[in-house]
Amino acid sequence: MHQLTLAEIARGLADKSFSSEELTGALLSRIKQLDPQLNSFITVTQAQALDQARAADARRASGETGALLGAPIAHKDLFCTNGVRTSCGSKMLDSFTAPYDATVVAKLAEAGMVTLGKTNMDEFAMGSANESSHYGAVKNPWNLEHVPGGSSGGSAAAVAARLLPATTGTDTGGSIRQPAAFTNLTGLKPTYGRVSRWGMIAYASSLDQGGPLARTAEDCALLLQGMAGFDAKDSTSVDEPVPDFSANLNASLQGLRIGLPKEYFGAGLDPRIADLVQASVKELEKLGAVVKEISLPNMQHAIPAYYVIAPAEASSNLSRFDGVRFGHRCEDPKDLTDLYKRSRGEGFGAEVQRRIMVGTYALSAGYYDAYYVKAQQIRRLIKNDFMAAFADVDVILGPTTPNPAWKLGAKSSDPVAAYLEDVYTITANLAGLPGLSMPAGFVDGLPVGVQLLAPYFQEGRLLNIAHRYQQVTDWHTRAPNGF
Amino acid sequence: MQWEVVIGLEIHTQLATQSKIFSGSATTFGSEPNTQASLVDLGMPGVLPVLNQEAVRMACMFGLAIDAEIGPRNVFARKNYFYPDLPKGYQISQMDLPIVGKGHLDIALEDGTIKRIGVTRAHLEEDAGKSLHEDFNGATGIDLNRAGTPLLEIVSEPDMRSAKEAVAYVKAIHALVRYLGICDGNMAEGSLRCDCNVSIRPKGQTEFGTRCEIKNVNSFRFIERAINSEIQRQIDLIEDGGKVVQETRLYDPNKDETRSMRSKEEANDYRYFPDPDLLPVVIEPGFLDSVRAALPELPPQKVERFQSQYGLSAYDANVLASSREQADYFEQVVKIGGDAKLAANWVMVELGSLLNKLGVEIDQSPVSAEYLGGMLLRIRDNTISGKIAKTVFEAMAAGEGDADSIIESRGLKQVTDTGAIDKMLDEMLAANAEQVEQYRAADEAKRGKMFGFFVGQAMKASKGKANPGQVNQLLKAKLEG
Repeated sequence: MHQLTLAEIARGLADKSFSSEELTGALLSRIKQLDPQLNSFITVTQAQALDQARAADARRASGETGALLGAPIAHKDLFCTNGVRTSCGSKMLDSFTAPYDATVVAKLAEAGMVTLGKTNMDEFAMGSANESSHYGAVKNPWNLEHVPGGSSGGSAAAVAARLLPATTGTDTGGSIRQPAAFTNLTGLKPTYGRVSRWGMIAYASSLDQGGPLARTAEDCALLLQGMAGFDAKDSTSVDEPVPDFSANLNASLQGLRIGLPKEYFGAGLDPRIADLVQASVKELEKLGAVVKEISLPNMQHAIPAYYVIAPAEASSNLSRFDGVRFGHRCEDPKDLTDLYKRSRGEGFGAEVQRRIMVGTYALSAGYYDAYYVKAQQIRRLIKNDFMAAFADVDVILGPTTPNPAWKLGAKSSDPVAAYLEDVYTITANLAGLPGLSMPAGFVDGLPVGVQLLAPYFQEGRLLNIAHRYQQVTDWHTRAPNGF
Repeated sequence: MQWEVVIGLEIHTQLATQSKIFSGSATTFGSEPNTQASLVDLGMPGVLPVLNQEAVRMACMFGLAIDAEIGPRNVFARKNYFYPDLPKGYQISQMDLPIVGKGHLDIALEDGTIKRIGVTRAHLEEDAGKSLHEDFNGATGIDLNRAGTPLLEIVSEPDMRSAKEAVAYVKAIHALVRYLGICDGNMAEGSLRCDCNVSIRPKGQTEFGTRCEIKNVNSFRFIERAINSEIQRQIDLIEDGGKVVQETRLYDPNKDETRSMRSKEEANDYRYFPDPDLLPVVIEPGFLDSVRAALPELPPQKVERFQSQYGLSAYDANVLASSREQADYFEQVVKIGGDAKLAANWVMVELGSLLNKLGVEIDQSPVSAEYLGGMLLRIRDNTISGKIAKTVFEAMAAGEGDADSIIESRGLKQVTDTGAIDKMLDEMLAANAEQVEQYRAADEAKRGKMFGFFVGQAMKASKGKANPGQVNQLLKAKLEG
């Protein structure tokens, strides 16, 4: 049963081949059996999941239908879940039980999804290897000595290992797309504002966006359908109609204009990945797409801009974790300053502390113009590059990452080396554009992803292309050994 | 050395919205601690702010009322600092692009002149919670009911030159926000709080001296005292060869002195940056037109109308229009009593001193506008004299009912019956025969003085009820005759 995709589960539940309770029970045992190797879950909500499954079965028995009714899901542990620990992968929130549901959680529960638990992640979503979690590193099911990517590493590893068909993730600089690429999944970062951020614990508010991780584009379409939509509780949510993402999955790609940015194929890209990307382009050409080279001249500035803006926002977002109202509080504080210093010093890990310090520095009097303002100017240039490019092409294609998943610990001592791995993904966050990563082959037995970027609110176009591609390729169907 | 004082004020006004600026919680004062604090007010992980449109509307009302430019695109920024009653570790405020730009306000000085005070800007922000240091065995309690209450911070130009001017300005702002109905103005509950920036410079010098900021003064009287004591401190300091250091100070009303709170060096670096959780606020011209159309009559227009419609002096019009409640009271009195100048005098003089004595505002006046207007009617129809009216007024203040019933029950009706007055005068003159003789023998100048004696005797004899005009006329005839 664990091999089923979300779409297959929807059909199975609909034609009563199995119940949600049976499915949930099977997946919970699989998690129990296999997750110790991976560490992809922080919390498994077994009892609640079974209750929800029975409730979903009852809803279906009373005549209710819906693709997500009774289907399993797990949430990245930064989506607040009422009554369940929401840790953000941090010691700071190890004792924090959320008193409310994030909008994404509430919408999917409303649709009848069964929450199996909360998935592991880089602490406060800061990282691209899932090694900064207070709950330990997550292993890549394709090779347990390698990282699964991050920060939604637990969400990716769990789906890749067939512990469940789909999970939610969040993407601030590539945190859905990069782990999807590293674990042979399809992952979608929607347009900024497409999915509500209410209840999604913020890392960098102007960049964070929730989205689906699944094995197929078809499944991503189903899950995104449940997550997307305007939310009055999030001022940055956009009141834009949500199309039926599944409706156009099979639309023809005849005449689709694909842009290949020359900057995406320069130095630093593993040539074997370059070859796999070119092979995927050939497949799309066979489906009728036309390809042209384009340029995104300001891409080289994206990483420095990102590593000013994201830490700046994070330094402020994480100020509320002060030991006063919730979260970790140090023992016997001497005074207020001691309470702040020790609670935060003990509660936050090294990478989080590093980014808080970088961000605080960037916003300080005398440095603000040189760093924060400059970074925002670069951000506008990057956005303009995309707008110019989308005047000529319908979609932009390139590698998701320059290298496949590295070995655990390989970049721990050199944070900048890890930052550079985000080079292809962070521009979409800076510009607020939707991006998708889909499986495109293997290098040394490790998965490789191809990234597609589209104009604002064209998630449907990305899903359509990925789905058509997945109809003529089988990369996405391959499972890691032992799972 | 002649010193010139330079004062600029930052006034925080709590906007009278039903709910908080970024959450749906109520803003009622005095509720049980933390009962009006929602997930957003508590700064829970994952929560997001949503701007209350009503706060925007109120800020626009204020901006229009001071003839200011309203920022067509204004931006909320985060002001970052750590404090236990600041739940998010930052306050959402406005920095570079405030909602209200440069404007001005006219204040009436005591000598009757009008002075224009510049308003640099006014911006929206959220209030913090309260730290409670009592009753927790040495620990501190946090009450977040106030956290997220909308504030409009009104920053003046350094245009004031004395503590009295500063108070007049605060009173004018106080009156204006109450006129607009955007703040209840209750200073004791902290609805209107004031930071005073004070510096001195030798008279004639153009550049400013070093300023000190006195934080959080919350009554008109304390503002005046705090500023005056700070002025004196700075003068003494400089005249003793010292230097004023830029710092934040607190006023201690018990000792009537300011003391240092923190120096410029200790000041926080607030690391302001645009709040990524909130979109820029775009003020559409149509919205602004609707706000303008709904504005009530404001003090300047009211002052003008009081002069043209009622023939009042500029000073009287300014005093009466200084609060909406007082202006409304006055107009109600005029409506009933019919004589605007008489009404103005009674409201400003007798009612003013009564309220002063009782220490209450006009909306708690023991004499209603209806009662006062009713009494003026009796003055005008000669039922009572102005002098008797004071007795009636006191009785009304003591809760004895309206003017007519007091006049009736106390028998204060003025005697206008010529026959009765005639008889009373004859008796009085007979009792003072000697003085009558002296009067008739005296020259014109002396007679003038003596005449007053007879009037006094007559009023005394009538217990003040005789119509003074008739008494004068009849008495003159009798004495001359």
